[in-house]
Amino acid sequence: MTALVDYADAIRRFDPVLGIEVHVELGTATKMFDDAPAHVDTAPNTALTPTSLGLPGSLPVVNRTAVEYAIRIGLALGCTIAPSCRFARKNYFYPDIPKNFQTSQSDEPIAYDGHLDVELDDGTVYRVEIERAHMEEDAGKNTHVGGAAGRIHGATHSLVDYNRAGIPLVEIVTKPLTGVGDRAPEIARAYVHALRDIFRALGVSEARMERGNVRADINVSLRAAPEAPLGTRTETKNVNSFRSIERAVRYEVSRQAAVLDAGEAVLQETRHFHEDDGSTSSGRPKSDADDYRYFPEPDLVPVVPDPAWVREIEANLPEMPAARRRRLQGEWGYTELEMRDVVNASAIDLIEATVAAGASPAAARKWWMGELARTAKDEGRALEELAITPAAVGELQQLVDSGRINDKLARQVLTGVLAGEGTPEEVLVARGLEIVSDDGPLLEVIDATLAAQPDIAEKIAAGNLGPIGAVIGAVMKATRGQADAGRVRELVLERVAGS
Amino acid sequence: MSDLITATAVELSAAMAAGETTSAEITRAHLDRIAAVDGDLHAYLHVNADEALAAAADVDARRAAGRELPELAGVPIAVKDSIVTENQVTTCGSRMLEGWVPPYDATVVAKLRAAGLPILGKTNMDEFAMGSSTEFSAFGPTRNPWDRDRIPGGSGGGSAAAVAAYAAPLALGSDTGGSIRQPASVTGTIGVKPTYGSVSRYGLIAMASSLDQVGPCSRTVTDAALLHDLIAGHDPRDSTSLPDAPHAYATAARAGANGDLSGVCVGIVRELAGAGYAPDVQARFEESVALMEDAGAHVVEVACPSFEAALAAYYLIMPSEASSNLAKFDGMRFGLRVEPAEGPVTAERVMAATRGAGFGPEVKRRIVLGTYALSAGYYDAYYGSAQRVRTLVQRDLDAAFGRVDVIVSPTNPTTAFRFGEKVDDPMAMYLNDIATIPANLAGVPALSLPNGRDSDGLPTGFQLIGPARGETNLYTYAAALEARLAGAWGGTPLLTHVPMNSMNPTNPMDPMNTEANR
Repeated sequence: MTALVDYADAIRRFDPVLGIEVHVELGTATKMFDDAPAHVDTAPNTALTPTSLGLPGSLPVVNRTAVEYAIRIGLALGCTIAPSCRFARKNYFYPDIPKNFQTSQSDEPIAYDGHLDVELDDGTVYRVEIERAHMEEDAGKNTHVGGAAGRIHGATHSLVDYNRAGIPLVEIVTKPLTGVGDRAPEIARAYVHALRDIFRALGVSEARMERGNVRADINVSLRAAPEAPLGTRTETKNVNSFRSIERAVRYEVSRQAAVLDAGEAVLQETRHFHEDDGSTSSGRPKSDADDYRYFPEPDLVPVVPDPAWVREIEANLPEMPAARRRRLQGEWGYTELEMRDVVNASAIDLIEATVAAGASPAAARKWWMGELARTAKDEGRALEELAITPAAVGELQQLVDSGRINDKLARQVLTGVLAGEGTPEEVLVARGLEIVSDDGPLLEVIDATLAAQPDIAEKIAAGNLGPIGAVIGAVMKATRGQADAGRVRELVLERVAGS
Repeated sequence: MSDLITATAVELSAAMAAGETTSAEITRAHLDRIAAVDGDLHAYLHVNADEALAAAADVDARRAAGRELPELAGVPIAVKDSIVTENQVTTCGSRMLEGWVPPYDATVVAKLRAAGLPILGKTNMDEFAMGSSTEFSAFGPTRNPWDRDRIPGGSGGGSAAAVAAYAAPLALGSDTGGSIRQPASVTGTIGVKPTYGSVSRYGLIAMASSLDQVGPCSRTVTDAALLHDLIAGHDPRDSTSLPDAPHAYATAARAGANGDLSGVCVGIVRELAGAGYAPDVQARFEESVALMEDAGAHVVEVACPSFEAALAAYYLIMPSEASSNLAKFDGMRFGLRVEPAEGPVTAERVMAATRGAGFGPEVKRRIVLGTYALSAGYYDAYYGSAQRVRTLVQRDLDAAFGRVDVIVSPTNPTTAFRFGEKVDDPMAMYLNDIATIPANLAGVPALSLPNGRDSDGLPTGFQLIGPARGETNLYTYAAALEARLAGAWGGTPLLTHVPMNSMNPTNPMDPMNTEANR
């Protein structure tokens, strides 16, 4: 492996240019070209029809919902929707594609010429120009058996699962991202993050990065100066976490700088990203001579979206994430910094739902960004994967607001809910955590404490309230924190005055 | 019922309705006929006697129960082996699919089953429908019932020969550049290429998707029309399928049987005559045109200059699409799988070994041609130009149909040639399709009917081409000409003039007599 050039040093001497291709698996009920279920989590090779298996005689038919989703994505990215577009065959041989061609769109995509304004961590905005968004079908999944860690090298045989073959994809291709400078990794990550949020807002995909619903191919090239012609690019395939995107860009900048420093040429090739050390390694050479023998898919008529239908889809687009963030920040009264933290933690939906469940925005933020964020971090999970719903957090906060528990007890209730002990109300009851509102037991403890230390009662009666804290502390201890400290204080004063 | 074998589908249907016979009897008679003649003819690749008899018994039971049945219910049929049949072997004439049993039915097959037509078996064809002689079948050629030394046409030689030899009253074929009409022409039968998109292609193993179309084969125009009525219609599984349009082709054919063509304007294409057309073929063609004039038709000449380039365009578009359509045959999911004789067993090497062993020479030739024509540097020069020619062919035909109701030509330049005569000369073989190809490029319907014999006694074919969705008129005109021709032949169909005698199973001197062949 070539030695790397320090990233900052590489950026000082070279101008990086990015190009990003994002694939999103659409959440349709059936596949792109047939009525097999578009769910991959069934037993291997069960979600199939003759068409998704490419059997002789089978024919494709375009999934209308997939077209609608592609139009939604195109419109959300400010693209022009093609009045007529076509599918083409991309011919190449590989066991995971049943027909040995992928049905895709080449020169006639459904959407083109859009843009996405991406907000960076410091609040500045970078505009990503979108070249096009096109529809295609996913491939199946190969599993290599007998070699090391699922690698094809050294494998004795391979298994193919075609359940994923034919699931609809939309691929979004950017124009070259220039002027990114040292923010290249951040811009790449923020762009894919913004896209992911849009996919979710549009309801076109679950957009789970970790499940491969969203996959990014990251093109990086270096040139001597912003005026210089574009350098040779590499394409790092299938990067599927935000952190990996940043690391992959950073690594390629450092690696390519080292290659150029050594007086060598960067090879145009695809590269694989390695999660373990953040490096990339050479895949297959990719030249402009790659010949997929594209030609219009003769089994499919052109897709001609009815303009009225497109207008209807446009009129019904949901609020986009950036606009929604601005609106919610205003409604919730969060500061810029608070809002950015919430966004970065992907907590916006959770907080919104918690507010809807009756918590104040401040309380909702306190729980999700505090106790729950810590728990998630400790468990190495995303917030939304915690075993608690926004409704439960809302219920918890209402218990606090109604005075049935205090913050300290609420944290114990939360622990119980996260441990699967039930709803906040159920945990409260089961663990007996409710604040003791009956004065009787409190008075017993107060009386016992005062009787044991008569001098304290005298001091208090004389107007020296200093020692009252010790009495309250003793009561709280005796009631395991379930007493209302304010009430205890009142009772102590009454007792002393009445004695 | 005097003869269950030579009767037309219409006659068989009427006899069943009258209670004179049953589907079981008819189906058994055809299975017997197949057993008697097919050893030498080789029209069938697979005969499914048990399934056919079970289907026949089923339809007889339904009839006995007084159920209303489609007109063709109980009439057995042969199906070209390019059309998939659930639980019955489908090979497309290739080693690549030897023994392959599809898990589903083509839409047209599902329609046959639903209408109660027993499927006798699957008919022989050029491998993956590539050829004009059925010599490229991986399982050996089919012989022409008129002369066993001659080809039965291709690629649907098996379906045409089965119908001509009375080994099936009806058959389905598929026509990409003439594969239904050219075999019909050289076997003295009827063959129809429907309007593109009017019959579902779902379940037809694709050669060239934008050209392929399933269609009927029969011995009379009305029989073809009845079968066509049955298989036509929109199919949501086929994206290129046209919306449903009401059709009554059999009614149209019956209307034409009075032989009247008055008011019909017939166009003769200047480019489909003269050089390359055998004198006898040309003579029979002119006689048929004269018959149409006698029947009241008005005949004019039309120019279709693009037809000169149609053959070249076809032989770029067809292999281009075929090269992609055949890519799925790689030994990975179904059919033949061949591991490399030596060296490592990788996916790529298994694919190469499988394709090397599984595809015949004509298939390989077209895959190479199509792969080349689609490749990056040549796409515009070849595929792109061919598509432009295709547009011109469509325009020429549009212009012609602005002036005439129907265009006519000889179906083929020649009658059936001898085995091996053109097998080493692909261009000579390809030229055989010169008159049939324009209809495929334009997507319009065309029909071939027998119109006489040449000096060797071999049948000639007459082609009628109509505008898109013009099948109704095509059946009326064809039936009118058929009636006039039968009059000229003494009131009997052309087919009754030869094949039965040459294939008489009781004649020990007949080489097609299976007894003599044992």
